[in-house]
Amino acid sequence: MIATLLVSVANLATPQLIRYAIDVGVNEGERRAIWLAVLGLFGVAATRGVFSFLQTFLAERASQGVAYDLRDRLFGKIERLSFAYFDQAQTGQLLTRLTSDVEQIRTFVGTGIVQLAAAAIMFVGTLVLLIELNWRLALASLLTIPAIFAVLFRFVRTIGPLFGRVQAILGRLNTTLQESLAGVRTVRAFGREPHEIRRYGAVNDELLAANLSTVQAFGTNFPLVFLLANLGTLVVIGYGGLEVIAGRLTIGELVAFNAYLAFLLFPILTIGFQASGIPRAGASALRVFELLDEREDVRDAPAAYALPDVSGAVEFRDVRFRYPGSASETLKGVSFAVEPGQTVALLGTTGSGKSTLVNLIPRFYDTTAGAVLIDGHDVRDVTLSSLRSQIGIVLQETLLFSGTVRDNIAYGRPDATKAEVEAAARAAQADDFIRTLPLGYATVIGERGVGLSGGQRQRIAIARALLVDRCLLVLDDSTSAVDATTEAAIQEALDALMRDRRRTAFVIAQRISTVRDADLIIVLDDGRIAARGTHEELTRESALYNEIVGSQLLDGTAADRSEVIRA
Amino acid sequence: MSQVIESLAAASGEQADDRGAIARRLARELSPYTPRLVRAFGLLVLSAGAQASAPWLIGRAIDQEITQGDRAGLLWTMALLLAVYLGGMLATRAQVMQVGTVGQDVLASLRRRLFERFQRLPLIFFDRRPIGDLISRVTNDVDTLNQFLSQGVTQLLGSFFSLIGIIIAMLVLNWRLALVSFTIIPIMLLTTSAFAKRARRAFRTARETTGNVTAELQEEISGIREAQAFNRTELNIERFRQRNAANRNANVSAVGVTSGFAPAMDVLSTLATAIVIGYGGMLVFQGSLTVGLLTAFLIYVQQFFRPIQLASQVYTQAQASLAGAERIYAILDEPIEAPDPTGTLELQAVRGEVTFENVSFSYEPGRPVLNDIDFTIAAGQTVALVGPTGAGKTTIVNLIPRFYEPDQGTIRVDGTDISQVTRRSLRTHLALVPQEPFLFAGTIAANIGYGREDASRQEIEAAARAVDADRFIRQLPNGYETLLGERGSGLSEGQRQLLAFARAIVADPRILILDEATSRIDTRTERTIQQALGTVLRGRTSIVIAHRLSTVHNADLILVIDAGRIVERGTHAHLIEHNGLYAELYRRQFRNARTTRETSLEPEAQPVGAPAS
Repeated sequence: MIATLLVSVANLATPQLIRYAIDVGVNEGERRAIWLAVLGLFGVAATRGVFSFLQTFLAERASQGVAYDLRDRLFGKIERLSFAYFDQAQTGQLLTRLTSDVEQIRTFVGTGIVQLAAAAIMFVGTLVLLIELNWRLALASLLTIPAIFAVLFRFVRTIGPLFGRVQAILGRLNTTLQESLAGVRTVRAFGREPHEIRRYGAVNDELLAANLSTVQAFGTNFPLVFLLANLGTLVVIGYGGLEVIAGRLTIGELVAFNAYLAFLLFPILTIGFQASGIPRAGASALRVFELLDEREDVRDAPAAYALPDVSGAVEFRDVRFRYPGSASETLKGVSFAVEPGQTVALLGTTGSGKSTLVNLIPRFYDTTAGAVLIDGHDVRDVTLSSLRSQIGIVLQETLLFSGTVRDNIAYGRPDATKAEVEAAARAAQADDFIRTLPLGYATVIGERGVGLSGGQRQRIAIARALLVDRCLLVLDDSTSAVDATTEAAIQEALDALMRDRRRTAFVIAQRISTVRDADLIIVLDDGRIAARGTHEELTRESALYNEIVGSQLLDGTAADRSEVIRA
Repeated sequence: MSQVIESLAAASGEQADDRGAIARRLARELSPYTPRLVRAFGLLVLSAGAQASAPWLIGRAIDQEITQGDRAGLLWTMALLLAVYLGGMLATRAQVMQVGTVGQDVLASLRRRLFERFQRLPLIFFDRRPIGDLISRVTNDVDTLNQFLSQGVTQLLGSFFSLIGIIIAMLVLNWRLALVSFTIIPIMLLTTSAFAKRARRAFRTARETTGNVTAELQEEISGIREAQAFNRTELNIERFRQRNAANRNANVSAVGVTSGFAPAMDVLSTLATAIVIGYGGMLVFQGSLTVGLLTAFLIYVQQFFRPIQLASQVYTQAQASLAGAERIYAILDEPIEAPDPTGTLELQAVRGEVTFENVSFSYEPGRPVLNDIDFTIAAGQTVALVGPTGAGKTTIVNLIPRFYEPDQGTIRVDGTDISQVTRRSLRTHLALVPQEPFLFAGTIAANIGYGREDASRQEIEAAARAVDADRFIRQLPNGYETLLGERGSGLSEGQRQLLAFARAIVADPRILILDEATSRIDTRTERTIQQALGTVLRGRTSIVIAHRLSTVHNADLILVIDAGRIVERGTHAHLIEHNGLYAELYRRQFRNARTTRETSLEPEAQPVGAPAS
């Protein structure tokens, strides 16, 4: 701010020096005055140079700090929001907020505020000097200023919504693009390329039209502003000339006056330019703060304590759960208890609530009613970090990060040794195929793990969960894309792991063969436990369970049956 | 993750040489707009002329009218000045419109061409490229070009002509003072180029760190569930903080360079003013210069710095946009799928016979994925592909719609070589339900009807009923009109598979390909689907990949694939008899089920309502 003030003062001194040089030096023949003015100009330039450097640099540095802070806070926020938020959010939208919205705010803070302040100081300073120099000429030349303001005001009013429209259309255009790229196989498979091209083309045309309107707005208004500004010069020279002829003004003053007029104009233009940035930065700020203010619906309770090392007893007490915005409950009162070291299998139709149930254990969501307890501790009473550090999980959707196979397996424990990573891979039956990759464990796998088959990706995800070596293991349909032989091998490895250290495991699977050996099988139906027990008990008692088992067997021909039995 | 970014950066660095060629190509983009550009050029000369003549008029007013006391002359000169200003404004305005519209047209055309190219590139192109990078080319790179074409070019040309106008005017008015004033130009050029060099280096670092931040964000946001599951929250925040700080520091040092530039120019411009005042003042003493001309010179000197400053800004912009253009052209130059040869036939109505004749395929040369695959599926048959993960099953079915082209061998539909018919006509006879179904943001009805534009609501609902999806759809808040989020978020994976299934049924294909289409669907629902399919598939050829052997055992033909070869073929009974890989897979899966079977065979344990299996 001080730098800004000094720069402005230095700026305002320049025309005075020129006036002095012309009036005293040239007109009155004082050579010394010219040299003094020249020296003065140098001094002014140096001062201005140093301070305007400081002004720009400090403002930009502050703005980079603002951007850093905003991004840091936004990222921290995103990392802590619950799954419920991401069920609705769009990746592209979040990314836009952390990149272009933050950038808009930064630009405004970095250049906008300082320039506006500088412009205001310059404007007022110049105005005072002009009036003091010759108030009649000042008033005459200022006649165009209101007109300039009017044009700029109109411009800002038009351009604000126009920019808004451009951004909105751009958002739609990019969503279309993103979708057609992510779904490229589906588009090709159904031969819908012409449809996608039409869809994109239509939005592209809209964008073109909107962009042309902004070109029009700039093209109409800015030359007009320059014209009005030039009219100011015209008035100064014309009217000022008459004043000089009338002897009320010196030529030096006239020239200085003209120079000041430029100073008056410059701030107005700056204000105009920056003013069009205000609605933009404002809109961005709104979007950024909306995200920052998003409620973390899953967070540490005020008196949360660290969960001590658990033995792995898990209890669900009359748990109910409803997804935000959903009309009906996904879990409608689920109660059961698991002893440490037991394996629990969850079965049920698509959408019956199996994944939802296991997602409540690491508090990816909080229950709507009822409680989930681990070793008697309500999961909501302990810190999230201590809770999640005791659970190993394989999610339903396998996401691999772009990076090496090794990095992906060690995701949950970046400090794991090579031997540990390979042991986990072997247990997940992934070691063999990893070794056939071009660079083995150092092979880089692409975005979303393209380049590996579905089964191979699942095995890397299993290795990832095994490496973290937790007391509680959750496998959400983690072998659906793996063939029976591989699955059996994984199963054996898991069994060995479970024996070697008592682990409680939750397994969601469609195949009976996967779940048959579980200590407890829970059959979910429409959010309720329809049956529970061991395989033997359920086979005896549950019609639903038998129906599921039956659906996996072959058609009951005699030939089939004998084959199975013979096998 | 950092390795990917580095390799991407390295790749883009390698191509960074032929800027001239890129610039020429960009210039060629403008050739269709020649008439508009010629008009703009004329207007530019006019407005530069207006800008150059105004100070001269002012100088004349001071010397010949104000100092002489000629009021009428002064008013005449002012009228002339007004005309010059007005003319200048009209010329500038018309010129901005011309150049601006050309720029926007070029950009819209580039975006359209990029999109169309994406639609025609072979799928192998997408296998190894992050979507974020491709999107960035259509958004960020086109945007940098936008700034350059819509503002930069106008400013650059405008500056150039003003500069020439000003230099001419100065030389004409007083060549001695002009030459002395010009001594500042070499200093200015040197300063500018020194700054530009340092700025380019600083900005390159800044751009790279920005790229790192964006890439990290993109991945962390899509991997947020993993981050929470593996308790990486704090670690990720810390790691992002480092990238974020590196980006800030790189930007601050870049700003350190650029904030010096404007003040340096400012000092030089004041220096020029001082020279004009000093030397010009001397000339006035000697009588070889008038006060008016001195004033005009002062205005000229000020004006003459703006174009040069602008030019240096535009130069930086031009560098960035050339880099952008290069990335855009890299896509536009990417070879598209081998075009349908001229005279290719439309594949007419087919019965559905599919033949593979000694087909071999590899994604990368030297790493064969399929070897000598040879089979025939009669029209209306159901064929199952079975085998370990990574054996090549998905690859086989991806060759039928020509997602990839085989290296050797021929694939025929009804005896017609599919490489001899148009892809479009081929694909209208096929529908594929992939391993990972893709749903579009939009209504459920639109997603099911995606495969056939003219599908009626009845057909959509009938397809949903056939795969047992109707029930859960009706439970959703808006039924078939429920809007799905990105990639169908809001639905379970099993539900997404059901919708993809229904989509394939609506498409009404002769050949249906199911690639693990029911892996996430529970077995009871799957059974319902199979019963429904019994009707739906009647008379259609279907190719099924499944790990659950209960899904495939009814197939007319089972092909067992291992390491890219067909190792066994036959019916279920035949393969069990053969006692090879299939029998082993089968035993594995039913090892446990057998016990179940025996239990359920006991009469007293047979629960009411259990299927008589």
